[in-house]
Amino acid sequence: MSDDVIIKVSDLSAGYGDTALLEHVSFEVKRGDVFVILGGSGCGKSTLLKHLIGLLPPLAGEVLIDGGNLASASGEDRQKILRRIGVGYQSGALFGSMTLAENITLPIEEFTTLPPEAREAIAWTKLKLVGLESFTGHLPAEISGGMQKRAAIARAMALDPQVLFLDEPSAGLDPVTSAELDALILHLRDALGVTFVIVSHELASIYAVADRVIMLDKKAKGIIAEGRAQDLRDHSKDPFVHKFFHREAI
Amino acid sequence: MPEVAHALKIERTEDGVRLKLSGRLDADAVAEIWDEALGAAKGKATVDASAVEYCDGAGSALLCELRRRGGGEITGLRPEIAKVFELFEGYEGPDVTARKPVDSAVESLGRAGADFFQDLREQVEFLGEMLVVFFSFRRGATRLRWDDVWITFERAGVQALVVVGMISFLTGLIMAFQAAPPLQQFGVDIFVVNLVGLAMLRELGPIMTAIVLAGRSGSAFAAEIGTMKVNEEINALNTMGLYPMRFLVAPKVLAGIMVTPFLIVYADLLGVAGGFLVMLLRGFPPPALWQQLTSAIGVHDVLAGLIKGFVFGGLVAGVGCLRGLQTKEGASSVGISTTRSVVSSIFLIVVVDAIFAVVYYVLDF
Repeated sequence: MSDDVIIKVSDLSAGYGDTALLEHVSFEVKRGDVFVILGGSGCGKSTLLKHLIGLLPPLAGEVLIDGGNLASASGEDRQKILRRIGVGYQSGALFGSMTLAENITLPIEEFTTLPPEAREAIAWTKLKLVGLESFTGHLPAEISGGMQKRAAIARAMALDPQVLFLDEPSAGLDPVTSAELDALILHLRDALGVTFVIVSHELASIYAVADRVIMLDKKAKGIIAEGRAQDLRDHSKDPFVHKFFHREAI
Repeated sequence: MPEVAHALKIERTEDGVRLKLSGRLDADAVAEIWDEALGAAKGKATVDASAVEYCDGAGSALLCELRRRGGGEITGLRPEIAKVFELFEGYEGPDVTARKPVDSAVESLGRAGADFFQDLREQVEFLGEMLVVFFSFRRGATRLRWDDVWITFERAGVQALVVVGMISFLTGLIMAFQAAPPLQQFGVDIFVVNLVGLAMLRELGPIMTAIVLAGRSGSAFAAEIGTMKVNEEINALNTMGLYPMRFLVAPKVLAGIMVTPFLIVYADLLGVAGGFLVMLLRGFPPPALWQQLTSAIGVHDVLAGLIKGFVFGGLVAGVGCLRGLQTKEGASSVGISTTRSVVSSIFLIVVVDAIFAVVYYVLDF
């Protein structure tokens, strides 16, 4: 695995139990890239994401994150790999009984020996990154859906991960908020060098942020296209890819 | 672990304190030097960060705090670190207003009183709405979902038989064990049968059954409806014109009212059986026990327990549903509703039982 590759997926079969939704999937993600996994509904995007972040064990093949294999690692080794990644879930998945600041300080409290005022300062800086520094004391229920998604990104960044995985970050957001979120992703990539792996099928967002995309297909049970989003839109010969990027009925 | 000793050097000059940071400013290093650095930065302090090679969130937090407390300049940051640090302009320390204010004792008392009366009002409103729904069923204006009634009947009743049976049997057994020796001293230990029979039929059978129902089914109703509230399923029902009181609450309350008397009869039988077992072990013949029991209790004792059963069943199911509907936002709110459902149900069971005791006494029932 070369130095500029942070995620290497080799011959992965992904699915639940004995049922494989995806077979023989291989790709690499470079450091500092915004990498987008896209495809139609039910093609296995979120399942693939769950395999990447170690929530599901591979049915076959392997996933390496900065050289570490989450599926085979245990104990401290697994914790070390997990500290290199952050995950923003589709619903935000913020802890409802905690304030935004407490949501962020929770992993810092668990995994570092920093004093409380340092943790609070970190929480402020993370919320500042996503433009929510004046909402530190708010509960998730007291802010809008778009703000919750931004807060979830701030929490995912609590331990300064090298890779941020985001599951459909733009889903359910208005175009303005969605564009703000896209700008935030690029800002974090440029300022902090964070690598993003994003599951999405929001074309506008994909064109705005993606350095590289892979497209999954349910029938093919794997990757049917790979490259820059604009190139796939303009030059792909695959009928499904063409229809997907031109929003045509199948 | 980084070489923390080299991460911070403190120089005191005529102009004030000069802090020299170096190496990796990550969470481990910052945790080591945080107190020392901020302690030294009280008053006028400048920070030389020219030797800092890496700075993560914890390092940025330290620099923010040093700038805020020391009031001095931070110099020499590498361009890539400075670019990130510029984002954190404006840090003014922990937001003390963000912390939830702690009520004084008087405020807490006042709030508890207001909450109590608000809750009482909601209970009365709920009871009123429930009666309206049941009258609408009677008039044929709306349809009761009998399938849901039978499903709840099975879950709350049939599936509770083992736990209700065990608790009642052991209660009767324990009562007989405890009562027999002292009564034997007076040669009247046969009256253990009277004690167990009357206590089970009139009080313990209904109460134990209702408490099991509250812990098992009332809490389940609260959690189910509470989760539906959090997931906006209740809103969805409302907007589809499916009134939750009719659709969700009425079948559960009706099933509770119907199933509880059956459970009470079952609990009575097993409680008395537990008492009989002890008496058999003490050498009393079954015909003598049966004769003693039939002479001690009458139909009115069975009815006294059954009437309570109808009320307790409706009360436990109703409170469970009400607490579910009162659920606010988030997962913790579902937990709170479930707890409130059990606590309120048990409290009300005891209160209603006390009222029954007075009414039965006055009516000589």
